Amino acid sequence: MDGSAILARLRGRLGARVLETHDHLGDHTAVVASEGIVDALTFCRDDALLRFDMLMDLTAVDYLTFPGREDGPRFDVVYHLYSVAHNHRVRLKVRVEQDAPLVPTATGLWPIANWLEREVWDMFGIRFEGHPDLRRLLMYEEFVGHPLRKDYPIERRQPLIGPNV
Amino acid sequence: MPERTARELFLGEGPGTGSGSQNLYVNLGPAHPAMHGIIRIFAELDGEVVVKGDVEIGYLHRAFEKECEIGPYNNAIPYTDRLNYVSPLINNFAYASAVEKLLGIEITERCKYIRVVMSEISRVCDHLTCVGATAMELGAFTVFLYMIKAREFLWELVEDVTGARLTISYGRVGGVKADLPEGFGIKVRKAFAEVRQVLTEVHTLITGNRIFMDRMVGVGALSAEESIAWGITGPMIRAAGVPFDLRRVQPYWAYDRVEFEVPLGKNGDNFDRYLVRMAEMEQAMRMVEQALERMPEGAINVDFEGREIPVDAYVDRGKQGKTEGLLLLPIALSPNLEGQGREAQRRVNVADKKVVMPPKETTYGSIEGLMNHFMLVMDGYGIRPPAGEAYFAAEGANGELGFYVVSDGGDRPYRVRCRPPCLPPVAALPRMIEGQMVADIIPTFGSVNMIGGELDR
Repeated sequence: MDGSAILARLRGRLGARVLETHDHLGDHTAVVASEGIVDALTFCRDDALLRFDMLMDLTAVDYLTFPGREDGPRFDVVYHLYSVAHNHRVRLKVRVEQDAPLVPTATGLWPIANWLEREVWDMFGIRFEGHPDLRRLLMYEEFVGHPLRKDYPIERRQPLIGPNV
Repeated sequence: MPERTARELFLGEGPGTGSGSQNLYVNLGPAHPAMHGIIRIFAELDGEVVVKGDVEIGYLHRAFEKECEIGPYNNAIPYTDRLNYVSPLINNFAYASAVEKLLGIEITERCKYIRVVMSEISRVCDHLTCVGATAMELGAFTVFLYMIKAREFLWELVEDVTGARLTISYGRVGGVKADLPEGFGIKVRKAFAEVRQVLTEVHTLITGNRIFMDRMVGVGALSAEESIAWGITGPMIRAAGVPFDLRRVQPYWAYDRVEFEVPLGKNGDNFDRYLVRMAEMEQAMRMVEQALERMPEGAINVDFEGREIPVDAYVDRGKQGKTEGLLLLPIALSPNLEGQGREAQRRVNVADKKVVMPPKETTYGSIEGLMNHFMLVMDGYGIRPPAGEAYFAAEGANGELGFYVVSDGGDRPYRVRCRPPCLPPVAALPRMIEGQMVADIIPTFGSVNMIGGELDR
């Protein structure tokens, strides 16, 4: 199925909950409203024509200093889906506000979402509602802050931890 | 608290647990000889059976994605070496291809073949390491030594081309660092003969070996459906019988112009993973041979006709204003400035002056070249893809290696995301070891081929 047909099918199902679509550089992308993301992912996974059975990647981007996005929602959570059955790809995005960084979890759809969402929480401080075990993945629990946020300075030192501090 | 006996304390036996015994918690790692790299498996045991496992990663986190954001686009190349450090060439090329996609440029035909050749050589190195290490942990130390010997021959090839063995930094946005050296095809043939002999020896030693099969067959199995749900790619999903190979289903570079087969397993257990990796090595070598044969030719050595003048004399003449005809004069550069011949670099790199550094002769030999070089290294200039985002996926040795690059139009990547191919299998590791024996953790973990560099980034 070609990319524009995928986007059209998503629009047909989700209606106004698809906020915008584009096919920049051949990567077909749909921006979905936060409340519709689980529906969108479920539809992508289960629809016979789409059959996006693999959650290839789940990550986020902090648009804090991005030209033109300074006042918009701060984060994008990005889902890259791939269909082994039909060999096509799509990218879904959810805009996340800085004040309420909360997205519904996809752990009920794909088990791998568990770790990927933990990484996004760890690196960006975006919470996933309904996640069974939202611990940090790469950093340790005592780490202060979320390092991939644009306002986290790369040279920041962390407080020492351990039994003898 | 009443005094507890050693048996109660260490074996969990005794009163207060209902059934008279309780489960034992065991830490494997972080620093454990069988945890190649640093990773911690926290296992709950009932006798010798693993009831539950939890995997803790992140011990090798070095802020790869954050570091990429603070330098120009090409500065990320050395960091990508350190992702999967057993097959760093694939990381280099995949990252460069993601940026090229963002820029909308097409690399030269010869460069595509070079990328295929070097990627496949790396893939053989990676599989050799994985199979060798797994075999060693099951007691077959000979296999490990043989395979490391074979890898040595391949690393000599890599060293020949890139000048380094591990941290090669050979890829560039828009091309590669240098063309293949002279006589490379002959060296490849010799090295592959050695590797093939090692593979035959290893097949004879362990493929039908009773001890090896007892430890591998039916252990750590994942079905095709489960592998897909866990996002597992690469040899592990093919061992479960899913014919998903990016080189076949979404060909990039020159993979649609070489013939190869996609080896498939059936049961998705450790033994099938081993067999798939062994078969893939042969296919990879086949691809290298074809690609070398079909690589578009061009003169390898560039003759500079006429006499050469030393570079300092050249600069002196320029300072005196005697610039007439200077551009046409060939200059003798010291070996470390010489870089590639101009023609040789033109063959492997894109012509776009906004992307690829000019050859050293041009930089030191003409004002246009110097300005071109300067514009590419100056802060705020350099490679500046238009604002946007691109995801490029290559078939890494462990599976889909994806780079998601976001540009804000500046000379530094706004965000680089690496989709590490070995993260999903490590995430699925608890699922694979649950219900198995403690001793099965080791071969299962070996077959995952965890590479700390790309797992923790």
